[in-house]
Amino acid sequence: MKQSLFETSHKAEWEQFSLTLDRLERGKDASRIAGFPKDYRQLCQHLALARERGYSSFLIDSLQQLVLRGHQQLYRHRSRLGANLLGFILADFPRLVREQWRFVLAAGLMFFGSLISFALLVYLFPDLVYNLIPAEQVSEMQSMYDPVAGHLGRTAERAASEDWVMFGYYIMHNIGIAFQTFASGLFFGLGSAFFLLFNGLIIGAVAGHLTHVGYGQTFWSFVIGHGAFELTAIALAGAAGLKLGWALIAPGRLPRAEALRLAARKSVLLICGVMVFLLIAAFIEAYWSSMTAPEPMTKYLVGAALWALVATYLLFAGRTRHAPE
Amino acid sequence: MLETTALPRKATLSPPLDTRHQVETPEGIDLPLRPAGLMVRALAFAIDLGIRGLILGLLFIVLAFLGKLGAGLGSILLFGVSWWYMVLFEVLNQGRSPGKQWMGLRVVQGDGTPIGWSASLLRNLLRFVDLLPFGYFLGAISCLQHPTFKRLGDLAAGTLVIYREQPLTRPQLPEATPLRPAFALTLPEQRAILAFAERQGELSEARAHELASILAQPLQVPAPHAVVALNGIARGLLGPA
Repeated sequence: MKQSLFETSHKAEWEQFSLTLDRLERGKDASRIAGFPKDYRQLCQHLALARERGYSSFLIDSLQQLVLRGHQQLYRHRSRLGANLLGFILADFPRLVREQWRFVLAAGLMFFGSLISFALLVYLFPDLVYNLIPAEQVSEMQSMYDPVAGHLGRTAERAASEDWVMFGYYIMHNIGIAFQTFASGLFFGLGSAFFLLFNGLIIGAVAGHLTHVGYGQTFWSFVIGHGAFELTAIALAGAAGLKLGWALIAPGRLPRAEALRLAARKSVLLICGVMVFLLIAAFIEAYWSSMTAPEPMTKYLVGAALWALVATYLLFAGRTRHAPE
Repeated sequence: MLETTALPRKATLSPPLDTRHQVETPEGIDLPLRPAGLMVRALAFAIDLGIRGLILGLLFIVLAFLGKLGAGLGSILLFGVSWWYMVLFEVLNQGRSPGKQWMGLRVVQGDGTPIGWSASLLRNLLRFVDLLPFGYFLGAISCLQHPTFKRLGDLAAGTLVIYREQPLTRPQLPEATPLRPAFALTLPEQRAILAFAERQGELSEARAHELASILAQPLQVPAPHAVVALNGIARGLLGPA
């Protein structure tokens, strides 16, 4: 069959297909597309014929463009996240955390281990804190949690309107740290390990120092509430980073690039959960932890309840087979 | 006669000279994608960086009048613009941030399908690593050594930055009386003759003659008539208009 005859006999179909594609690409009006897959396959056949018969480049290139556009519409990856956010939060995320327990355990040990051990060290040998944190920062930190000041958080003077400022600040600061901890895992996990240990040491040093100088009450009652979400989130972000690194160190039977791609697909889901955790943490930190009205005892109780909540959530949510769909 | 250019059986094919990346669809069609190299991507990124700077500058001026509330909003905005600008544009605007749109690029999955939330988030979070130790050093190295120019974020997310398809205009074939070639043409020869006729509008007359005269001997026509003979064969292959 000559090219011009081929073109004239199928031109109408191609134009129709192109119009359908325009509609689909604009994302509106998904009606009248029941025949789309069939038309697409028809078009693929036309392209194959055109190539096989040695038709001209113009015809083949334009058919190729149509096929590519059709391919992009027919085989688009449906994002499971956006469609099923509730299911993800209620079941899939804790399931994923349990599935990746090795990395979570390793990251948790690095982060909480360095935090607790350095806090104890600083509490016993107070001068150690100056090895890690410059003296002026220590005194700044100290004034923040001074029981006499009456307000908590980053500034001594803090009114209700400032809660909003701090909310924004916490979101930016904490999620930024979580993202860094995750991304640097690409260096064979070393970056994540570094950030986990480093942040653990800093927080531990501050905690140990403030407890030593007698500001323990203000400090612990401030941090215990949001710490449940914030610290867990950092550890989970580190676990996601370690997973990336491990895929490069021990890719198993896959090529490294492929192993990395598969690991990254899971890690990014962990990071989505981490972001939810950090949003909650920022909210608690700005609006509950900074309140000075409740007794410290109340804060400890609420804080303990929040820790228990996080632990129960990660350990038990989504265990039943037909968890909320 | 023409020398045969067909490769002997089992000869290893030499890698193609261009950077096309073939994607095979489930229908058995090979779709060529054209990956974008380091330079054009760096330019696109520079444009995006400028736009982001501009947005933040303007917003901070506005927010400065709002006092404390403005400071809170400002840090959320800074976070949003620095971490989410690329992701939002890539997912909601068919893989094109403004810079990429300007340079005629788009991001797709490795198999040519549109990019989704998780892949886009991943490739943009790992940008942090590509930036290290300074000025996209690692990203540039990775981009330069990879056959389809992937930076580390692209490797992990399985994404590809390609040139967007430009709309084609129908070329005008030169007028000629249809001819039947004196011998059977192979498919590549047929394609080459058609391409010669389609591209003649872009070639100078002297160049067209130079190219056509290579074929004067096998076509058994005097060299000055080779262009007309080739156009005639092309017309004949194409069929009546």
